[in-house]
Amino acid sequence: MPISSPVLKSALFAVATSISTPALSAETVNIYSYRQADLIAPLLEAFTKETGIKTKVQFLKKGMVEKLKAEGKNSPADVILTVDIGRLSEITNSGLTQQISNDNIDGNIPESFRDPSGNWFGLTMRGRVVYASKDRVSQNTITYEELADPKWKGKICTRSGQHAYNIALIASMIANKGEEFTETWLTGVKNNLARKPNGNDRAQAKGIFSGECDLGLGNTYYVGLMQNNEKDPEQKEWANSMKVLFPNTEERGTHVNLSGMALAKHAPNKDAALKLMEFLSSGKAQELYAEVVHEYPLKEGTKPSATVAGFGKIKPDTLSLDAIAKLRKKASQLVDKVGYDEGPAS
Amino acid sequence: MTLINPVKQTGIAKFGTGYLMPGAVLFVLLLCLPVITLLVLALGGTLDSFRHIATTVLPSAGLTTIVLMIGVGLMTALIGTLSAWLITFFDFPFKHLLKWALMLPLAVPTYISAYTFVEFFSYTGSMQELVRTLGGYTSARDYWFPDIRSLAGTIFVLGIVLYPYVYLSVRALFMLQGSSIPDSARILGAGHIRLFIRITLPLARPAIILGVSLAMMETINDIGAVEYLGTRTLTFSVFSVWLNQSDLAGAAQIAIFLLLLVAILVFIENLSRGARRYHKTRTSSEQGFNPRRLKGATALVATVSCFLPVLIGFGIPVLILSEFAIKDIDQLLSPSLLEAIATTVLLGLVAASLAVLGGLLLSLALRAKPGRMNILMVRLASLGYAVPGTLIAIGVFIPLAAFDNALDGILRQTVGISTGLLLTGSGAALIFAYIVRFMAMAEGSLENGLSKISPNLDMAARSLGRSRFKVVTQVLLPMMRPAIASAALLVFVDVVKELSATILLRPFGMNTLATNVYDFASQGRVEDGALACLIIICIGILPVVLLSRNKSG
Repeated sequence: MPISSPVLKSALFAVATSISTPALSAETVNIYSYRQADLIAPLLEAFTKETGIKTKVQFLKKGMVEKLKAEGKNSPADVILTVDIGRLSEITNSGLTQQISNDNIDGNIPESFRDPSGNWFGLTMRGRVVYASKDRVSQNTITYEELADPKWKGKICTRSGQHAYNIALIASMIANKGEEFTETWLTGVKNNLARKPNGNDRAQAKGIFSGECDLGLGNTYYVGLMQNNEKDPEQKEWANSMKVLFPNTEERGTHVNLSGMALAKHAPNKDAALKLMEFLSSGKAQELYAEVVHEYPLKEGTKPSATVAGFGKIKPDTLSLDAIAKLRKKASQLVDKVGYDEGPAS
Repeated sequence: MTLINPVKQTGIAKFGTGYLMPGAVLFVLLLCLPVITLLVLALGGTLDSFRHIATTVLPSAGLTTIVLMIGVGLMTALIGTLSAWLITFFDFPFKHLLKWALMLPLAVPTYISAYTFVEFFSYTGSMQELVRTLGGYTSARDYWFPDIRSLAGTIFVLGIVLYPYVYLSVRALFMLQGSSIPDSARILGAGHIRLFIRITLPLARPAIILGVSLAMMETINDIGAVEYLGTRTLTFSVFSVWLNQSDLAGAAQIAIFLLLLVAILVFIENLSRGARRYHKTRTSSEQGFNPRRLKGATALVATVSCFLPVLIGFGIPVLILSEFAIKDIDQLLSPSLLEAIATTVLLGLVAASLAVLGGLLLSLALRAKPGRMNILMVRLASLGYAVPGTLIAIGVFIPLAAFDNALDGILRQTVGISTGLLLTGSGAALIFAYIVRFMAMAEGSLENGLSKISPNLDMAARSLGRSRFKVVTQVLLPMMRPAIASAALLVFVDVVKELSATILLRPFGMNTLATNVYDFASQGRVEDGALACLIIICIGILPVVLLSRNKSG
């Protein structure tokens, strides 16, 4: 067969290269990422083009802290990329990162979006917003507190309360209003649920489209991703059946979360890693990233994608992200306590 | 049917015990390493977090888990036994096609079936579209439709892909027993239904329990499907406690609690195996099979009952995936996908070979010395099957990385060489995790195969002057070929489907088909991973085809 030999060869080559231990040459940066490889691929290509430094990505879904801890001094990781402030601060608090004071990075990332001690840096921001049915919800403003109002009984859909994004939101409620208030609030939201929490944020948009729910909780970028989904155009319909409401715009602002980066404590290629981090914080990289993932870039003067800009202006809650990270455990236990994931009492 | 005595004194009983047993003990200890790690982690937890878990997590998640297990158990027992009974004792249209097609759903990973079932049965799926068109409805509020994202839905999704475990083991037992007992009962005037309830079912009980316990273990450790369907099982709680409450110790505590549940299952399964420890000396009864030919409506009912599980458990996932994959067909030969295929196959081959070697060690040791303690020890080796893959990974990673770092430190100091992460950086840790996870499959098949070989043969070979070693190599191994093949194939398929341990333990930059799928699935874009999904399923079918040839009957 003419085809088999080149195919076989490339397959064998692929195996050989993937099995061998990573070359720790100065020309490569190793990245541990909670962000999927293909989302950051365009950015990394641009970086390699500009600097000649290659990148290698290991996508992880869970257990980065345990992995880094166990690998210790011999860890191949240089740069850590994550979503969600909780995970970022957990890695930092476990002493797995090192401090950076770099004028370029500090100049690019506003102070409120980086660790005061220089252990982590935000890259992009996303708001946790309310998805509302265009047909069945007339109001155009809302607050998180209002979601507990009995007028929404049987109308709200969310993903699991134990998901990191909801945990961060609940933690921000604890920080702003106290634990007791939050427990009552969360019970109220639970009683208003249209169904047992399930699926991801997109599934809540789908629920609005199908008429199962009037309101959903979700991140801003999912709307951008759904509106631009050429592969599964049905999702455009879901996105078009709803509008984005930025909660608490009149007062403290909308709860936001970060995607961010950190330098691994035992980074074997520190210099190259710093170059990558400088690059990622640059306005050009942030806009490129924001365009792909439909999140808000952090550097002053940069713009989000046209789709995201179309949602209107976001006013972020200025609550310190560190405070949110510290309250995660309490938030998660509260979710267990009120039995949020068991859904509405019928 | 001629039965002889249970294994007591066998031909290899007096040989090899010097090497076989200590080897097996060492091997089991090695396999227990991850569980021991988890135990140590669990003991390191604070009383405070344990109180939280015991009061808020265990009761509800425990109940959900038990209901789910019972549901899946009943469903797999029903479908598996019924189809095995129809296929073995009756003749009806398409029977020979259905005989092997009934195994197909096993090739579909649960995380994929969950996703495709939601696509198919949810509001925007084909099923409800049909309902809306027929009923003239316009919104989900106009009509009732069962929600696939519920406990009942989860039972359905898991049951429809896990029933082949029961089908396989029950059919194997029917074949082994032959038709003499049912035939006699028929001669004595028992009707089909009566025969099934009074004779066939009780006879099949050990095989049903074996199949159901495998399906239940899969259910216990499943995270992909339950997470997607919103069912809060104990395994789900393991992850929320670990990741959101940063409490690995608490997560390990729940995992240990899970293991207790499993220990009970293994114990029950063990009892059923114990009752089966008999050997046939001849295979003559198999030739005596004369399935009843069904006609008319009865034949139609039989064909449909065997066809439905295949259609739902295999047809729907493949149909949904194909719809997406067809758009990506040009990527079939892309380097990244080829790399993933090659890596996956290689990992599967290596893990399957090693698992078979380990399984041989255990099952031969057990044949040589079948004491109660030894049976218990071998069952310990199967525990990994019930632990969620991610936890196995953590349990493997922590001690092996510690070993890597210690070795590296010593070598650096003494000879100035750095070995780096020798085991955890090279894929050796991953292979080890696979073996821990799937030893139950390998050992179970081998032990089962070995039990069908009469110990008389060992003794005969010995008395004919064969050395003890040669009894194994010249007599037992050749006769175990089918069992070795099925053990290797089962492990291979499971490795190809495995995701959780792979994602954490793979060497830097290595991608398998499953991680490829997860890359997309975790972004809610399973459609982009559909092609890789289909390839996983195709690789999973291979053994089904090979096994069906092996066991033609």
